[in-house]
Amino acid sequence: MANDTGLRFMLLGLLALAASLFFGVLSAFKFLYPEFLEALPFHKLRPLHVSLAVSWIFLTAIGGVYYYLPNLLGLALFSIRAARWHFWIFLVTGLAILGAYLLGQFGGREYWEFPPVLALPIFLSWILFAVNYFNTVIQRRSAWPVYFWMWGTGIVFFLLTFAESYLWLFPYFRENMARELAVQWKSYGSLVGSWNMLVYGTAIFVMEKISGNEAMAHSKMAFGLFFLGLFNLMFGWAHHTYPVPFAEWVRNFAYFVSMTELFILGKIIWDWRGSLSDYQKHRFRRPYRFLFAADIWVFINLVLALIISVPAFNLFTHGTHVIVAHTMGTTIGINTMILLGSIYFVLEQRDTDSALQTVSGMADHGYWLANGSLLIFFLALLVAGLIKGTYSGGSFGDMMASIEPFLLIFAVAGIGLMMGLWMVLLPALRRIYSLVFSVTARNPMRVENGQKTNL
Amino acid sequence: MSKRGLFFCLCAVFAVYSVYVWTAGTDTPNIQPPSEQAKAGLALFQEKNCIACHQLYGLGGHMGPDLTNVASAPDKGVDYLKTFIANGTDKMPNFKFSEAEIDALAQFLVFLDRTGTYPPAHPEISWFGAVAYSGANNGK
Repeated sequence: MANDTGLRFMLLGLLALAASLFFGVLSAFKFLYPEFLEALPFHKLRPLHVSLAVSWIFLTAIGGVYYYLPNLLGLALFSIRAARWHFWIFLVTGLAILGAYLLGQFGGREYWEFPPVLALPIFLSWILFAVNYFNTVIQRRSAWPVYFWMWGTGIVFFLLTFAESYLWLFPYFRENMARELAVQWKSYGSLVGSWNMLVYGTAIFVMEKISGNEAMAHSKMAFGLFFLGLFNLMFGWAHHTYPVPFAEWVRNFAYFVSMTELFILGKIIWDWRGSLSDYQKHRFRRPYRFLFAADIWVFINLVLALIISVPAFNLFTHGTHVIVAHTMGTTIGINTMILLGSIYFVLEQRDTDSALQTVSGMADHGYWLANGSLLIFFLALLVAGLIKGTYSGGSFGDMMASIEPFLLIFAVAGIGLMMGLWMVLLPALRRIYSLVFSVTARNPMRVENGQKTNL
Repeated sequence: MSKRGLFFCLCAVFAVYSVYVWTAGTDTPNIQPPSEQAKAGLALFQEKNCIACHQLYGLGGHMGPDLTNVASAPDKGVDYLKTFIANGTDKMPNFKFSEAEIDALAQFLVFLDRTGTYPPAHPEISWFGAVAYSGANNGK
């Protein structure tokens, strides 16, 4: 049985990203002009946008794991059939979720706005993924690189926190609002940590293969950062919920945990010069460029995360567009850049130089348009959020009117962002489509020490 | 300690911590449990995906106002809430709720209002940036 499941996941991920951007732009204009597009009210558009964005992250990160294990790490998948089942369960459930939104059937939860019954096949598909992953990587007898730990941790903690996010189905949780909100956001904080484990593991894997330096994924620093990330995944969620009335120490502990990320910030600044000098060197220019952009967005978002995690500042930013800026900055600036880097790495390591010409110009222009638009988009949200957070005037309507010009800038920048990312993803989409549906294109190449060789 | 040992130690601490958050850490003994009507209102709030536009304790969408304390706000209250639920606005659709559904949603928001205050009324900021929310754990 041919194993192209990784590429199929990536293909579906790219389609989800394209659609998510489209619904995101519609949502932004619907937010400003509610009479626009009456058939699709905001409470339907928002979940379409959010669920497709979350799907893009999971599908592409999962696709990377399924692709890299057999093709670049020499580990035959434990079960290709289980991987295929995983893919089809994801696809059918995803379509059911989109249908439920369009029909107005909701579960009404942040991230998981679909009816709860649809969580069951998602959970089942991740169990298949977990069994497949651990039975595959166990073949590696030597010490595991850090990305094996990160992928495994991401899978296990997705299952745990996804289950935790459905504790509200029990009256014990649902009927106590403090508990309901705290547990909901505790699970979401850790869930985001779990997908970050999958995405950052992918980033380290791609960096290792590009640089040819296998020692980096075994270094004490890499594992130190992994355990710091794990610590934050487990305990760093409560900055989302400072104003919710629960135990004071949980809040203060989360504040302390969030501040440990200062170490990561320091590390980024320390490595900055090295990153800049390395930028021009590598032959995997596009994936390296995406990882470089992610590095800058990590820096920007980490500074913002640290600021909004200080409870005294959080008083003014909680519930405002500053939080939206942070969410968008991390999902687009960091996760999306890393995952596009992963996809372009797959393409560049498979393709001949001549084939690569087909994905060059448009993707390069799109890269700059997307990052430039994202910066404007991000700044407009920050300003809107700060105005909202410090607003002391009249009604909610008056406050919204005062931030409307910035939300218009945000919406227009959203069009630029959508166009830019479409320019990046369309060539990749075409190429992966031809790889998946063309028998002759299935000739992967191995990358060792930064050099490409035929498998 | 080995990597595996450290990993499992952290997992064990996480398990204990989670159970604490699920129980004592979020206990609110002074707050009355929701009525059957308020429970029905919560279910309706989720079925209609109200969180896409509204916030509870500052968590949720940004299109409409935060609903945590609208039920007891001086110039608002339950009748004000019912008017908006029944008719919608230029930004909020008219969901054509029945009278029973309008009452249920309003009762859910009354229940929510009793659980605490948002934004916090008298936050005390310490020199290192922590904030004490006085009375926050005792409802209103």
